[in-house]
Amino acid sequence: MAWTREQMAERAARQIEDGFYVNLGIGIPTLVANAVPEGMTVSFQSENGMLGIGPFPYEGEEDPDLINAGKQTITEIDSTSYFSSADAFGMIRGGHMDLSILGSMQVSETGDIANWTVPGKMVKGMGGAMDLVAGAKRVIVIMEHTEKSGAPKLLSKCTLPLTGTKVVDMVITDLGVFAFEKRGGPLKLVELAPGVTLEDITAKTEAKFDVAL
Amino acid sequence: MRNKVWADAESALDGVVKDGMVIMAGGFGLCGIPENIIRALLKAGVKDLTFISNNCGVDDFGLGLLLANGQVKKMISSYVGENKLFERLYLDGKLELELNPQGTLAERIRAGGAGIGGFYTKTGVGTVVAEGKPTREFDGETYVLETGLVADLAIVKAWKGDKEGNLIYRKTARNFNPMMATAGKVTVAEVEELVDVGGLDPDQIHTPGLFVDRIILGHDYEKRIEKVTTRPKGAATAEAR
Repeated sequence: MAWTREQMAERAARQIEDGFYVNLGIGIPTLVANAVPEGMTVSFQSENGMLGIGPFPYEGEEDPDLINAGKQTITEIDSTSYFSSADAFGMIRGGHMDLSILGSMQVSETGDIANWTVPGKMVKGMGGAMDLVAGAKRVIVIMEHTEKSGAPKLLSKCTLPLTGTKVVDMVITDLGVFAFEKRGGPLKLVELAPGVTLEDITAKTEAKFDVAL
Repeated sequence: MRNKVWADAESALDGVVKDGMVIMAGGFGLCGIPENIIRALLKAGVKDLTFISNNCGVDDFGLGLLLANGQVKKMISSYVGENKLFERLYLDGKLELELNPQGTLAERIRAGGAGIGGFYTKTGVGTVVAEGKPTREFDGETYVLETGLVADLAIVKAWKGDKEGNLIYRKTARNFNPMMATAGKVTVAEVEELVDVGGLDPDQIHTPGLFVDRIILGHDYEKRIEKVTTRPKGAATAEAR
């Protein structure tokens, strides 16, 4: 049985270590914040200029001057600090963020990532994704293993415009976990979701990978 | 005698705006945008504007108002996905768009204001962003050259300001505003509270007044929220992101 979105987020949360500074992308990565084990001190950054993100506000207590990078209203906590976008990306680009967890449309067997645009569809923009994959110490991708059509998303080479090259450290899908031994490859299958067989996952993966279960 | 205080946004733009100019506009989404000055630009009716701004507002608010009024020729942004009118104008070839990674955009503006012609960054290497730009190796890694950005006019929004133009921003409404304040040939700031000199703690000032040419006390702030997200009273303290 494949993992749910929450289970994928829980699996990603296991990669977070005590003391980490973490940036979470929108979509499934957002759920990781709820899955951090008790007793750990983990700070979440929002690239619009905030470190130390609190819970969503109670109804009626929203502050329009206080939003996350997904433009949702949030709250501050005791350790919160605010800064400019230039400082936020100095943190990211300068290698001061321990971990970036993002969603993706494609990842290649050499750790290339394509997650910002599909040619022929409206260009929305890359936002902070290119900076995050280029600058964070570790990059973890959470995505469905295949497209709705069944087409693989873990590929020998990305076919969509790239967000970064040789930047991904780990890919968590609904079917299993893949890790790059070092940046650029080789790719290893390190875990299968319960009930998923090696044959299943191999049939749904175009990228070459070693098996290290 | 130096006087930076203007009666309102309309008068503060007098003699400053013209067709075809390049304007930096602070804000992230609709958070920390100069609402009063945007309304005044709408009234001024200047056309063929190039905006350097992280986003382009939404259909009926923020820079989206100027877009709907046919005043925008080009956007230099990192994310424009919240605006349907933008999509239509772009697909019809009526709007130019230059996309920058958000951190590169922020740093280009910071560099422009600080007199730095260009800088090397790892962001975008191996992607369309780096196409046609010089690259260079540092410590075995490839970096791409990005240039600094300046504008004819920077419009910024702060929380508090004094009559000298010193500015203090509030929470995440700071975002791009401090860098943009430094990178305009003319910088016009609007604030929610305008005090006499001496009314702000000098240790708390984010933008020194030197960068600000004109300042106005804003009014009728709507401060629209794009995505109101709440938890019910008594809910567990789930982290928001």
